Amino acid sequence: MKQVCVLILSCFLLAACHQKKAPIEPLNKELSDLSIYHLPSAWSTHNNETIQLKSLRGKVVVVVMIYTSCKAACPRLIADMKNVFEQLKNEPQEKLQMLLVSIDPKTDTPEHLYEFAKENKMLNPPWLFLRSSESNTREFAAALAVNYKQITPMDFSHSNIISVFNQEGELVHQQEGLTVNNISTVNKIRLLLKKVH
Amino acid sequence: MAFIEGGSYAPLYRNDENNTKETVGDFYMDKSAVTNSAFSLFLEQFPQWKKENIKSIFAESNYLSHWENEFEADAPVTNVSWFVAKKYCESQQKRLPTMAEWEYVALADQNQKDARSEPSHNQYILDWYESPKARSPKKVKSTFKNKWNVFDIHGLIWEWTYDFNSVLISGESRKDVKTDRNLFCGSGSVDANDLMNYAAFIRYAFRGSIKANYCIQNLGFRCVKDLK
Repeated sequence: MKQVCVLILSCFLLAACHQKKAPIEPLNKELSDLSIYHLPSAWSTHNNETIQLKSLRGKVVVVVMIYTSCKAACPRLIADMKNVFEQLKNEPQEKLQMLLVSIDPKTDTPEHLYEFAKENKMLNPPWLFLRSSESNTREFAAALAVNYKQITPMDFSHSNIISVFNQEGELVHQQEGLTVNNISTVNKIRLLLKKVH
Repeated sequence: MAFIEGGSYAPLYRNDENNTKETVGDFYMDKSAVTNSAFSLFLEQFPQWKKENIKSIFAESNYLSHWENEFEADAPVTNVSWFVAKKYCESQQKRLPTMAEWEYVALADQNQKDARSEPSHNQYILDWYESPKARSPKKVKSTFKNKWNVFDIHGLIWEWTYDFNSVLISGESRKDVKTDRNLFCGSGSVDANDLMNYAAFIRYAFRGSIKANYCIQNLGFRCVKDLK
């Protein structure tokens, strides 16, 4: 009985901790050693703006690497991303970034990405499409441990991995495979979003 | 640097079901791997890649760990990550070789540009893969010079390639799972070609098992350059 009381009590204590708002950490503190934002590369968005990766700092970033002319796994990967997002509709949106990075920068010009985003109703935040040079893309994929190779001028093989980065750009979760159960991915993102608020 | 005249060959993993050839253009390749002394000059110029400054996303803690003890200045630098190897080559206006380029040069022995049919050549490579590795590699140019005038392509160290992370043998080669085609878009088309080329299998398996920030005792690199 005593044990049960302790258990219940500790549950209350834990709940109390959760309610306490974590202070928003200043963004000018030094980046963690494992942060993806150490990659200095410049990227173009589907709106043809040039951004540095580190401008995403402070957001929870959910990333897949795709190419828009892909007919096989990418539509399913994008469906997986949309499915993750559906479940996050009630979460605070301003700190969430759903990011799609092209592994085919030659074909996927900003104009091309814009068309693709429009077609898939992904023009507005939290959706964001990025492309950069071949070399920057290779580095980005290397940091995510995403493998890819060009098979023909039109087609690529690539890992189907959804990666989740925390506000500091540290890789905290990866979901591998297509149409897998994404509960743990969604829960991880929810938990991270709570940290901001 | 050595001039490598481009050509085509059938790689272990073909790219396209209709085309079993891999074609590489002309390029120059460093005759030997980058040495410890050359690498330390680079670090003087770009101190952000020194062990005390580097971020762990770019290199794990093993980075340059052999420098803590005595080491041979003219031996190839090892315990370096892919990120830093790439930056080194870029600092020299060069680049890392692609896997296709590296494998193309690695086909050669002393006398032929494609020595795959030479049993003694394959045996030499496999014997080297089998032998226990010395704590630190010997000096560069201490093994054979191949037909392209490139030294030590086999027999001294393993080398990074630019697109090492394009190996898609199984879904997640780093995990102990059977091939899962669902993890890769199009992976069905990258089945092996030359089932006898066991040495190449070992290299592909190795590349498929590493990550870009890994620093490994017998893994170094050399650079290549495009023709102007």
